Amino acid sequence: MKSLLTFLQGGVHPPEAKGQTAALPIERMPVPDELEIILGQHIGAPCEPTVTRREEVVEGGLIGEVKKGLGVPLHSPVAGTIKAIGTSAHPMRVSAPSVTIKVDHEAARADYQAGDWQQLAADELKKKVHEAGIIGIGGAGFPTHVKLSPPRDAQIDQLLLNGAECEPYITADHRQMLEHASEVVEGARIIMKILGVTKCQIGIESNKPDAIETMTRAAEAVSSADCTIQVQGLEVKYPQGSEKQLIQALTGRKVPSQSLPSAVGVVVHNVSTAAAIYDAVACSKPLYEKVVTIAGKGINKPANLLVKVGTKVSDIVDYLGGVKPELTKIIMGGPMMGFAVSDLSIPITKTTSSVLFLTEDEVDTNPHSACIRCGWCIDACPMGLEPKEVGIHVEANRAEDTARFGVFDCFECGSCAYVCPAKRPLVQFVRLAKMKAKR
Amino acid sequence: MQVPENQSLPAHREWIVSVSPHVKSNETVAKIMWTVVACLMPPLFLSVFIFGFQVLIITAVSVVSCVAVEYVSQKSLGRPVTITDGSAVLTGVLLAFLIPPGVSYLLPVLGAVMAIYIAKHLFGGIGFNIFNPALMGRAFLLATFPVAMTSAWLPPVEGLAIFSYFGAGVDAVSTATPLAVMKEQGMVAFTEMFGSGASLYTSFFLGWRPGCIGETSGFLLVLGGAYLIYKNYITWHTPVAVLGTIATLTWIFGGESYFGGDPLLAILSGGAILGSIYMATDYVTSPTTKTGQLVYGVGIGALTVLIRLKGGYPEGICYAILLMNPLASVIDNFCKPKRFAGPAGGDK
Repeated sequence: MKSLLTFLQGGVHPPEAKGQTAALPIERMPVPDELEIILGQHIGAPCEPTVTRREEVVEGGLIGEVKKGLGVPLHSPVAGTIKAIGTSAHPMRVSAPSVTIKVDHEAARADYQAGDWQQLAADELKKKVHEAGIIGIGGAGFPTHVKLSPPRDAQIDQLLLNGAECEPYITADHRQMLEHASEVVEGARIIMKILGVTKCQIGIESNKPDAIETMTRAAEAVSSADCTIQVQGLEVKYPQGSEKQLIQALTGRKVPSQSLPSAVGVVVHNVSTAAAIYDAVACSKPLYEKVVTIAGKGINKPANLLVKVGTKVSDIVDYLGGVKPELTKIIMGGPMMGFAVSDLSIPITKTTSSVLFLTEDEVDTNPHSACIRCGWCIDACPMGLEPKEVGIHVEANRAEDTARFGVFDCFECGSCAYVCPAKRPLVQFVRLAKMKAKR
Repeated sequence: MQVPENQSLPAHREWIVSVSPHVKSNETVAKIMWTVVACLMPPLFLSVFIFGFQVLIITAVSVVSCVAVEYVSQKSLGRPVTITDGSAVLTGVLLAFLIPPGVSYLLPVLGAVMAIYIAKHLFGGIGFNIFNPALMGRAFLLATFPVAMTSAWLPPVEGLAIFSYFGAGVDAVSTATPLAVMKEQGMVAFTEMFGSGASLYTSFFLGWRPGCIGETSGFLLVLGGAYLIYKNYITWHTPVAVLGTIATLTWIFGGESYFGGDPLLAILSGGAILGSIYMATDYVTSPTTKTGQLVYGVGIGALTVLIRLKGGYPEGICYAILLMNPLASVIDNFCKPKRFAGPAGGDK
């Protein structure tokens, strides 16, 4: 075991809270009667529906396409009938255009066979990734084929796979690495072929020793002289899984402000995205299922569920035996960066990595008070910013001045608000500052 | 929005929706303040043993006045009342620590009005005050009651007779502080009065000397400071910068000739330890970055030595911190944290 790496400044240590689900194998959830597939799953232009009402679709069939702009196609997770083309509840956008599919439970499940992808050229591989609707499923939702097409002048020399999973509670990537290590590694090889690089590092936080061991074995099995895949243990520190922090930990390179990782010669993908790329390229299976961690003291049966995209949270709650009365907060995503929701009819998207049902003692509901200038947020910020200044400026109606403090470097990881003794909503201040500074 | 019919959900439940992050550390402002108050208790009790029981009464009066003034201020200014967050209690304890043990009980009451109402709430309440409230209280008392604040010193009690001064006329027993003796009568008189050599340092470090209520026991103050550093509530930067600067400059300029001063005595014989650990590290009135705190600490140390050697007062740390307080935000403007990476074209 090599020494553990980490990023150099800032970071916090929230309670990991992964014990509930870390040991639970991925379980396939039965398909509910109805799915609502949001058309804007990824960052960029939302899909336009390619189907009409009452039309019949097959599992993996195309239901949406991006006509212009950046984006990927959308596929039906099930065989069934289009019931409606309307809107669905959405954690961030309140409501969003969606396609509702009535599931045909009689239809046979699609059967995908792994083929040989080695014969295909890099361009064909990339085309398959795009056609399968692959986006970054770690949470960012950036179309993967774009990441696989770095600018011409970028000298990409290695691929990084992100298996840090630094958010508390979430164990979806952890289980993927344990149960589908070979798919992840094969996915990495496909990406390496597309990018034309020979080196790949997989970064995994040291609180998942079993995943490190499994992945190391899988990586050693396929590594050769012209294709080295190494697994590297990382210190447990939030936000280890942030792209820029991971790049610094694994390569020592710093991605400049407002730049992409390709500027320092690396491309980063999540381990689950790599597995999805393998499914897309080798099996021609589009991305329409997702491993989602369901955890928290407020749900009766925590689980790592493989669910169809479009499954509503309420169906998951039903399947897992309901919620406990002391439930106070429902979060889509992790406790540090996720969104609180008030409506259980919200469907799972390709980027949902967890739904957490937290009770009173797990969440913080303290009111906030004035900044006492303790400077803890400055020590916690992984980007070397001054969160307190942003908050003070926003409160004083001087948000447009915050661009000077590098507010656009902030990726809203929440470390500052986590440590703030006055419990100030610093992430909210940053979001307001960004909105106002853009105007 | 229609909520789907759901058997497994309690009816009409409401869930909290708020911005991320949803988990937060268990540190709160109140916890910090109360911890500092707790760290100040051992020196207080030692002070009761050294100067007698009225020390406890002065401190109690000071704390009660501060909390009462905070309540009245917040009520009268139409702000939410936050007397439970410990900050007024802490100001009360610190204010008591900064006054001589033989003063009238009226002084802490007036000091509390200045500290809490004028220096804190008229500036905008917690987080907005420019000057350290406790030090503002002391400065106000020093200007208003110069005789009491510079002569109500008591010699340490022999044999722990903590009631010996209780009710006694202070004039009968008053003495002078080491720094005052040193400044006004010189080293020879100082040695006659307090002795010399290792036993002098030891007794000063343990607190067996005249002085303000809370400043004498360097040992217990450092112990509390070490705990605060261990808890990450303060860092070593400010205290070390202050004390290091005081020691260095006293060593250079404070003796009969250059490089002939006694740095250890300079740290042990006044309020330097109390000020550097508990006043100069006040979050609200000090810089936020580590480099800023070092600059700030050096400034405080330099001003302290300047006042001690060239000024009209034997002790300078109170005014040194008050003079550096308004510069804290200026220092913050120059001492920024190191950014992760500059814009493109910067370092790779």
